[in-house]
Amino acid sequence: MVQAKRRSVIKLAGSAAAVASTGMAGILASGRTPAYAQQKTVHWLRWVDFVPASDTLLRKELVPEAEKELGMKINLETVNGNDLQPRATAAIQSGAGPDLIQAFNNNTYIYANSVVDLSDLVEDLAKREGGLYKYCRSLCSDGKMFMSMPWAVIGAMISYRKSWFEEVGFNAFPKTWQEYHDAGKKLKAKGRPIGQTLGHTFGDAPTFTYPYMWSWGGKEVEADGKTVAVNSKETLESIKFMTSFWKDACDEGGLAWDDTNNNRAFLSQTISATLNGASIYIEASRKPDQYQTEKGKPMKDDILHSPLPAGPTGQFGMHLMQSDMLMKYSKNQDAAKEFLKWIHTEKNYEKWFISQKGYSTPCQAKWEEHKQWTEDPVMAPFKIAAKLGQAPGYAGLPNGKAAEALTKYIITDMYAKAVQGMAPEESVKWAEGELKKIYSA
Amino acid sequence: MTATAVHDVAAGRRPAVRLRKLEDERWLALALLSPTAVLLGLFIAYPFVEGVLLALSDARVGDPGHFVGLANFAKLWDDNIFWTSVWNTFWYTGVTTVFKLGLGLWLAMLLNRHFRGKALVRAFILLPFIIPTVLSTFAWKWMFDPTFSVINWTLFNLGFITQRINWLGDPSLAMSSIIVVNIWRGVPFFAISLLAGLQTISPELNEAAAIDGARPWARFWLITWPLLLPVTMVVMLFSVIQTFADFQLVYVMTGGGPANATHLFATYAYQIGIGTGLLSQGAAVSLAMFPFLFVIVVIQLLYIRRVEVR
Repeated sequence: MVQAKRRSVIKLAGSAAAVASTGMAGILASGRTPAYAQQKTVHWLRWVDFVPASDTLLRKELVPEAEKELGMKINLETVNGNDLQPRATAAIQSGAGPDLIQAFNNNTYIYANSVVDLSDLVEDLAKREGGLYKYCRSLCSDGKMFMSMPWAVIGAMISYRKSWFEEVGFNAFPKTWQEYHDAGKKLKAKGRPIGQTLGHTFGDAPTFTYPYMWSWGGKEVEADGKTVAVNSKETLESIKFMTSFWKDACDEGGLAWDDTNNNRAFLSQTISATLNGASIYIEASRKPDQYQTEKGKPMKDDILHSPLPAGPTGQFGMHLMQSDMLMKYSKNQDAAKEFLKWIHTEKNYEKWFISQKGYSTPCQAKWEEHKQWTEDPVMAPFKIAAKLGQAPGYAGLPNGKAAEALTKYIITDMYAKAVQGMAPEESVKWAEGELKKIYSA
Repeated sequence: MTATAVHDVAAGRRPAVRLRKLEDERWLALALLSPTAVLLGLFIAYPFVEGVLLALSDARVGDPGHFVGLANFAKLWDDNIFWTSVWNTFWYTGVTTVFKLGLGLWLAMLLNRHFRGKALVRAFILLPFIIPTVLSTFAWKWMFDPTFSVINWTLFNLGFITQRINWLGDPSLAMSSIIVVNIWRGVPFFAISLLAGLQTISPELNEAAAIDGARPWARFWLITWPLLLPVTMVVMLFSVIQTFADFQLVYVMTGGGPANATHLFATYAYQIGIGTGLLSQGAAVSLAMFPFLFVIVVIQLLYIRRVEVR
């Protein structure tokens, strides 16, 4: 071991101090802060995409390109979709966190006080790309400001096994709930039930229960946005129908499913149909050798998509919308805006859009004409998903109260309670009570 | 300190003025306690007071809100999900504690005997306690998965069931599943702590009783159990507090579902406070835990004192 003498240690410390002091003096003399302090950083929080190729594209290609072109550091973080809201709450309360946070549906209204108005950016983009769909506008803007920048809509359609439906006598997909029930009953008897979640999960649960309720004529609140209207004859009918539909036609494990369970169940051939984004088909297409039918053929050739069946008052849809909120606490607001502008230019956004293979529908009308939609007829139904959606909170606005009802899963639980055995009258009364607490506050 | 002081005095020197105060025991006690007091104040008392203030306001995420008195608690009174959580928490804590104590004690008695590979077995027993809860709970979640449950697969192939059991989708089965996982995780803590207690009991007592003709059951009931009681009570106290405020297990397994059937205080507070952003109501739910827990802890502490005095 080298012996350190007291004198040599003092010398060493002295020289280190000297270097440090001239260093500081050097900086002061130059009158400029060091280069590292000028580097702008944007922290972007998103969900883990159900199309993994898109996350890879962002990480490997788009983010590095943006860093180079804009001269900033971009820190992309992805988390499970169900964890975005907790992250937003924690960040807002502590006044620090990601600069851009992805929001689902009308959750933007919950954070309205804590975000930066993005009207200029959104209106500019809308003008360039043929206008913003009404559905997307209503979820991101309260009419006064844009609380977030629309990113895309994930069309929710039923993925189903063509051959299995044909085997039970349905050459075309059922048009009404009654027909869907009949088909499902026959399929379940063959060990191939319909799979549907009624759990507490952001995507597949509300995008099924809300349009289902609307198609029977039910609604949570009147157009005045105050009078709770859920306890109606129509809603009650829908609940009664749901209980028999669930028992006769559905995989009863669905009560505990999150957004990933139905994908796995479908791909492992335990269910015949499920409301979902197109991720099942996309995954099956990506790995045709891994996912095969019982006859040894690629499963992708046996999957088709359909909108939800119609009820007495028509056919409805609600689709998961994603947007980016620029947080008020952010110290990098200008950089974040610059980045948003960059990623939303047609050239850059298109790369991401193509990587989604139709899983996401952009919010601006221009993209309907994109050649991507003609490439695969199975994906064609998703083209106009964003155009036809109806927002949660109907017949009122999709405002903060509607968002609270949505994030408390009240409509979903109303159905879940009934299929678990609660009397339909009781479950609708429960939902009415919960909604009144929200809308009267 | 005393030794140094004596030495200093003997040498005819007096300690430096600023240290002289510490010779007074009151000042010394204050000085020694202050780091702990600061830590407790900063990390326990301050958040607690903040929590109380939050529960008395109508704060939402991004909106500090105003003082509203007990309005949040009045809302809870009419909230049946809250009452479900209260019932669930008591049921969850009660059932798991009884089983953890029973199984833990049994395991401790077995481990207290001499057999080959004792050290290895003791190390393995601790595994459920050592693995991070979130990790092991994810493994359990897969075992209870509605579609891919290995438990269902086994039962089906052995011919016990013809249809899948809906472990996490059925409200009462979901609660039972969670209870099973909690017991699995908690038994090692009981076993090892009670084993430590058992080893402090002199074997001579048991031997003397055996010579006097006491049967094993009598020896356990009249010698081991009373001597082990103080340790048992402390272990139970820790376990009850932890189980009552449990969060991660339920959050990972069911998220409080299906249809709010498995919420505990902590998960429900999280859902409305952090998820929906109604911070004040979330704070009120978690604060509502306090009186219940306070009563339980006081009863247990009084009991422990009685046992110790005896």
